[in-house]
Amino acid sequence: MNDDHKSNGNAPICLGETPRGFSGMIEAIVVTGDHNGVPAAEIERRLLELGFVEGARVEVLHEGPIASDPIAVRVDNNTIALRRREAMSIFVA
Amino acid sequence: MASITEIRSWRFALVGTPNSGKTALFNALTGSRQKVANYPGVTVERKTGTFQTLSGHRIDLFDLPGTYSLRGRSPDEEVTRDVVLGRFATETQPDLLLCVADATNLRVALRLVTELKRAGRPMLLVLNMIDIARRRGIEIDLAKLEGELGIPVVTSTAVRRGGTEELLRRLDDLASHGAGEASENRWSAPTAADLRAAQREADRVIKAAVSEPARPDTLTGRVDAVLLHPVAGLIILLAVLFVMFQGVFAWAQPLMDLISGGFDALGTLVHDMLPDGLLQSFIQKGVIAGVGSVIVFLPQIMILFLFILLLEDLGYMARAAFLMDRIMGGAGLHGRAFIPLLSSFACAIPGIMATRVIDNRRDRLTTIMVAPLMTCSARIPVYTLIIGAFVPDRTVWGIVGLQGLVMFGLYAIGIFSALAASFVANHFFWRESATPPFMLELPDYKLPQLRSVAMALYARVMMFLKRAGTTIFSMMVVIWFLASFPRPPAGATEPAIDYSLASIIGRWIEPALSPIGFNWQISVALIPGMAAREVSVASLGTIYAIGGGDEATAQIGQALAGNWSLATALAFLAWFIFAPQCASTLAVIRRETGGWRWMFITFFYMLALAYLAAFITFRIATALGWG
Repeated sequence: MNDDHKSNGNAPICLGETPRGFSGMIEAIVVTGDHNGVPAAEIERRLLELGFVEGARVEVLHEGPIASDPIAVRVDNNTIALRRREAMSIFVA
Repeated sequence: MASITEIRSWRFALVGTPNSGKTALFNALTGSRQKVANYPGVTVERKTGTFQTLSGHRIDLFDLPGTYSLRGRSPDEEVTRDVVLGRFATETQPDLLLCVADATNLRVALRLVTELKRAGRPMLLVLNMIDIARRRGIEIDLAKLEGELGIPVVTSTAVRRGGTEELLRRLDDLASHGAGEASENRWSAPTAADLRAAQREADRVIKAAVSEPARPDTLTGRVDAVLLHPVAGLIILLAVLFVMFQGVFAWAQPLMDLISGGFDALGTLVHDMLPDGLLQSFIQKGVIAGVGSVIVFLPQIMILFLFILLLEDLGYMARAAFLMDRIMGGAGLHGRAFIPLLSSFACAIPGIMATRVIDNRRDRLTTIMVAPLMTCSARIPVYTLIIGAFVPDRTVWGIVGLQGLVMFGLYAIGIFSALAASFVANHFFWRESATPPFMLELPDYKLPQLRSVAMALYARVMMFLKRAGTTIFSMMVVIWFLASFPRPPAGATEPAIDYSLASIIGRWIEPALSPIGFNWQISVALIPGMAAREVSVASLGTIYAIGGGDEATAQIGQALAGNWSLATALAFLAWFIFAPQCASTLAVIRRETGGWRWMFITFFYMLALAYLAAFITFRIATALGWG
């Protein structure tokens, strides 16, 4: 099991790279480039609408069966499934 | 002078995020007084219902599609936006927005409330599922919440008897004293900065009014540890699908025997009561045998729909999408396409309509085009009949029925071809290798509500019976007519049907279909089968019954087993995996894609696949000596 990676002043990491069991806080949402035809600004707004906002607590609960993708992330009291590619835009610490 | 107690009618609309329990609340308030239609110009379901408040005011309630924002990213969400903002020319703007929020999950809901307030409509916030929130120790200070948000707040538990009393009292109050004044509409599509600000505002309100111990639903977590497990989860998903298909066959059988026995008895009764002749033949062989041969599949269709409705209400469908996302992604399909495709097992029409949740147009088109390849319930009659007549009823590997196994194989081929077709579409048509983002809320598990499942099942059953009573019935009359006229000349030596129009048409098409092993009887049965697949079965029944000139209607299966080779039967099955034999599906494709183009593309690619598959099957089977 992973311990909590609490905010410790380290450089933020991408949520898309964290293993199952990771828990932390969102530092920033930065979307670069478009995602298969969906512009960056739109991805950002979708993430925000689902509750991925700076300051929200996140925990990676489950991983998909192939290449550990997608992931199921608890955002405060809500569980959201998303692909690691989009989760790369969410910086956590 | 109008008094404040004057009875009048109001238009209220339910708005909320997906999974807020909005539809359960709609069912609780309106009961069976619901109407489902379409919004003009779009194919989004317009769900309305009426109820009376305690002092007799009539309320027309609209259940608007769930949305996270008024931005309107999909046709569904655009309807919500346009109704709320009063942009629909044909719809009056609602007098009051009932904003439904899951009380256990307020962050996202209150952000939506903040956005909705900008639209300037009078609002009431309904904290739904309050019982679950209380059980989890979430305390909400209603007075404070009202003060912070500036709108009235009321709690409810839609799924419990009496859980909406408080809400009904509040609605009666609002209906008696006025729902509040509308203010200026200041809504504009929120930017990322707007969304962040709205979320900050929502979080501030929550901090002020809600004491929320961080205690997530532990049961959902524990269940998900198994159901979303990379290995166990997939095995369970497959097992669920397998049980579903075995259930459709094993459990439905006694009921089906009962129904077919009933229609046989009815046919015999009519036969004995009427004098020999055209009328007797029409009623017994055309009407009773035809409609009966379709209605007999009602138990199977009910079981299939029941499974799908239960899985949906349980919250499992979103999990299935999660597990399947990458697997479907390999075929170029979106994880969200899983739900429409699974619904297509029941019927491609709701499946195609369910693709409206897919916001990307290409993904949506691909899903629509492959949805008819999923084995819909209308194929069940065809498959069951052929399998029953040609596959021996024995057990393999100790426990699995061979007939059930063949059925499962046919479903598997359907799924595989859908994946292959979308793979081809993505790589050669769209020239894309990856699919756009997949983001989906995984709601907490909930026990399905008997009442809402029963209501949805009832609606599906009525739809099927209506189809059997109209489309299928009229096709049966046509087929009976074609098979009975013209009458054979006096002193004819061949069976009567050989002189009929059906025979003439069938023999005319036969050359095109004989390379795939179809005789003229099949050729002619395929034509009315365009209206609906199951009609082909009924048509074959009528053609062979009239052709055979039997006293009572012969069992179709026996007639086929005596007339077809195994190779023809297999080719017939292969044909039906792919054949675009459903006018309603094609009509829905045209409507959903907004033009003829995609309908024709779907029709011709499926027809080509059907011909090819039947051809290959027939040739191989013949080579194996089954001809």
